[in-house]
Amino acid sequence: MKKELFELLLRVADDHLVLGHRVSEWCGHAPTLEEDLALPNIALDLIGQARSLYTYAGEIEGKGRDEDALAYMRREREYHNLLLVERPNGDFAQTVLRQLYFSVFMHGWWREAAKSTDETLAAIAAKAVKESVYHVRHAAEWTIRLGDGTEESARRMAAAVEALYPYTGELFETDAVTDALSKAGIAPDPASLKAEWERTIADVFAEAELALPGEAWQHSGGRKGVHSEDMGHLLAELQHMQRTYPGLTW
Amino acid sequence: MTTQTPLWEVFIRPRNGLAHRHCGSLHAADAEMALQAARDVYTRRGEGTSIWVVPSAEITASDPKDKDALFEPTADKIYRHPTFYEIPDEVGHM
Repeated sequence: MKKELFELLLRVADDHLVLGHRVSEWCGHAPTLEEDLALPNIALDLIGQARSLYTYAGEIEGKGRDEDALAYMRREREYHNLLLVERPNGDFAQTVLRQLYFSVFMHGWWREAAKSTDETLAAIAAKAVKESVYHVRHAAEWTIRLGDGTEESARRMAAAVEALYPYTGELFETDAVTDALSKAGIAPDPASLKAEWERTIADVFAEAELALPGEAWQHSGGRKGVHSEDMGHLLAELQHMQRTYPGLTW
Repeated sequence: MTTQTPLWEVFIRPRNGLAHRHCGSLHAADAEMALQAARDVYTRRGEGTSIWVVPSAEITASDPKDKDALFEPTADKIYRHPTFYEIPDEVGHM
């Protein structure tokens, strides 16, 4: 089960590091000063969660890799994050919607993971679930205000829905790793979180006067290390310093 | 955007604090967003705090020009000052 747990921790850690990096790109560029504090705040939560998960993953793996080795010294194909989180920020509407999709999913995931038979994962989840409540609220409030705002903000929100919907299917994918861990009571079965996620999104969209997207073809591959073309650029920027001067104390 | 979003005054009661104190202001589209922004800007998420936000337009301030009329007359009437009593410890904060 160690191999599966390591793989799962890595996936969730990668989701959080990559999204945290994306959100941090907003620093100094958000629409208002208040938002410029809120977004990095969320980015810091995400990176904090990634750090706990990487550290624990390194312990489970037992090969002496710490959080920095896992974050900075793996290549694109070794990253197993969702394609959703590596999507470029786009405009504010797109960032907000990406955040809503992911944090609503993670809120359910952390809540269930807090009941994990694995004590360390349960402890990480118990801390993260509080942060995820805030992330959901922040993203939902903005989705509603933009969707039910001006003609232009509604148009941009609708464009974001169209752009990101094909990346939501991957959230609920299951495979041998998730099956084994959910059977052992270690980590939630992502598919079991789908109905709740859809309900929450539908409620927010209703209030935002946004149309729910119909069925659409879904992208997949992130969990297997098959990424979109944006991922390599993201890692090049993220890892530049460690690649240039590997193994330094900082 | 800040020119279109109203100004809010933020009052925070610290975890062990007895009263809300004015700690600053911010721009936000509405009360709910003002609360969230206040939490990010002023509390750094120290749990157990309480936040009040008030639209700045709702606050009426005294005019500095009225200073003499408002505050001066009490200064020389010491019987108005409740400083001659010892407060028993049991009473606590007043």
